[in-house]
Amino acid sequence: MFLNQFLFFAAILFSIGVYGVLTRKNGVLVLLSIELILNAVNINLIAFGAYHQDLSGQVFALFIIAVAAAEVGVGLAIVLLIYRNRRSIDVSEADLLKG
Amino acid sequence: MIDASLALVAESEFVRPAIDWHAAAPELILLAWGALVTVIDLIWLERSRRFMPSLAGLGFLAALVPVVTLWASDDSVRTMFDGAYVVDKYSLVLKALFLVTGYIIVLISTNYMADGDYYDSEYYQLIAASVLGMLVMTSARDLISIFVAIELVSIPAYLMAAWRKRDLKSNEAGLKYMLMGVFASGILLYGMSLLYGVTGETKLTGIAEQLNSDGRPLLSLAVIFTVIGFGFKVSAVPFHTWAPDTYEGAPTPLTAFLAVASKAAGFVALLSVVLVALPKQSDVVEPLLWILAAVTMTVGNLLAMRQTNIVRMLAYSGVAQAGYMLAPLAVYSIGELNSVAIGGSVASSIVSYLLIYAATNLGAFAVVIAVARKTRSGEIVSYGGLFKYAPGLTVLMTIFLISFAGVPPVGAWLGKLQLFLTVLESQTVAGVVLAVIMAINSVLAAYYYFFIAKQMWFMPVANQDSAPVVIPAPLKLALLLTVALTLAGGLGAFTGIANL
Repeated sequence: MFLNQFLFFAAILFSIGVYGVLTRKNGVLVLLSIELILNAVNINLIAFGAYHQDLSGQVFALFIIAVAAAEVGVGLAIVLLIYRNRRSIDVSEADLLKG
Repeated sequence: MIDASLALVAESEFVRPAIDWHAAAPELILLAWGALVTVIDLIWLERSRRFMPSLAGLGFLAALVPVVTLWASDDSVRTMFDGAYVVDKYSLVLKALFLVTGYIIVLISTNYMADGDYYDSEYYQLIAASVLGMLVMTSARDLISIFVAIELVSIPAYLMAAWRKRDLKSNEAGLKYMLMGVFASGILLYGMSLLYGVTGETKLTGIAEQLNSDGRPLLSLAVIFTVIGFGFKVSAVPFHTWAPDTYEGAPTPLTAFLAVASKAAGFVALLSVVLVALPKQSDVVEPLLWILAAVTMTVGNLLAMRQTNIVRMLAYSGVAQAGYMLAPLAVYSIGELNSVAIGGSVASSIVSYLLIYAATNLGAFAVVIAVARKTRSGEIVSYGGLFKYAPGLTVLMTIFLISFAGVPPVGAWLGKLQLFLTVLESQTVAGVVLAVIMAINSVLAAYYYFFIAKQMWFMPVANQDSAPVVIPAPLKLALLLTVALTLAGGLGAFTGIANL
């Protein structure tokens, strides 16, 4: 069982996702980076599930897929709202609130 | 490999797990009620708008009934699904807290959300959905159900934060909250996946059984990611940056909801994971939480001092109080922890502080909403001379501020004392230093609480406008409830209940 490869792959995917969240200015791309993080988690869970011969890892991954869909639905709705009012989805321009 | 595990499942016959309907009743009632108000809203639309808040509020009170009967029943600990769902005293106290909070939030939202021509019926359904997540959270003892509960709490809250569709500030509050919330969930999940990888279990008790005391590197990584994920949820410094912005931009009743219920839900999950799944990993968890607690309370208080907007000030004061509540967790190894039911002095002190913190915060936000009805402003200077035209509100706000500051005999002093004693119980250098930091912070915090009191009592009336504040009946009821709970809490009414 080559568990290492899966874990490295997931770790790299996770790091790319975190990097994207921290540096991207486009709201949709930030959401996309968050999806990368969630998929890294799914890979981890499935790899560990296979390693332990235990199904709950896969069940967990299914729940994450379902919840991620809901999150992205709400997220895109909010980004669309911002676009309607501002004609821009640049998250760095959303700076009315600070202090 | 996967084929083998699938075959394993196919061989064993499916047996429906026994369900304790009494134990699940609060969640089921709230779920059914939420569905009912949704359907009523869909059928009657505009005509149901008048009675929608009262109808939604009744749901929370109805769900409170089984919580009380469960409390009175002889079975003190009920477990379902092989220990993945546990109803014990800890979860019942917190269920009552969340239901009462939900009811008070509905009361203070009643005349507020529809302001500015926004349709408000769905708002109450979303509150019910979010509170349902919190009820599940108190009983969840499994990584999967904890995750689903967190998301059920958060996703409706993202929508409610962005409720005022045409208000740029509300949009921004929703965006920031949503992005940080989802990001935090991702980090939390990564930690959970590693925790699952180390142990091969998702049930918290199973994780505790699999882990022995020697810290493996992967385990430390799992713990760090999990704690950071929860740090976002409870707005611990340095993961607090979303909180003041979201609190200021979101509709104020929703801010009260986030500051009280959502934060408490984060604490509940953190407590369950740390106390049940990681009882022997104190060498990794304690230093991490020690630093978080100390930094959170200090930075929260220092930033609260320089705020000019009262909602932002309450947000930072909430950050500081999250720091106090994290403090007992920094010494959690003092208790005996290997059981299904959560108890001991660490959990008791945090829960009793949560109760009084909820009452005081809800009350303070209710006053802010009442005053904003007239002044249309959240600036602290607009509270100048409040005593001259709204003496009742001034007295109430003063009670809440005294409670925040922790002066006996009102409100939070008792909870704070318990937190102190628990931290000192550890009898270690780290514990004593943390207690000293807490003491210094309590003094620091008194400065900005009493600054508001000074504005209200001694400053001249802002804008020369001393027309009285008109308070609608639901808001009055909310104010009465919160002040009664705050005063009762200060006299020790909650210590018996929260003694787990």
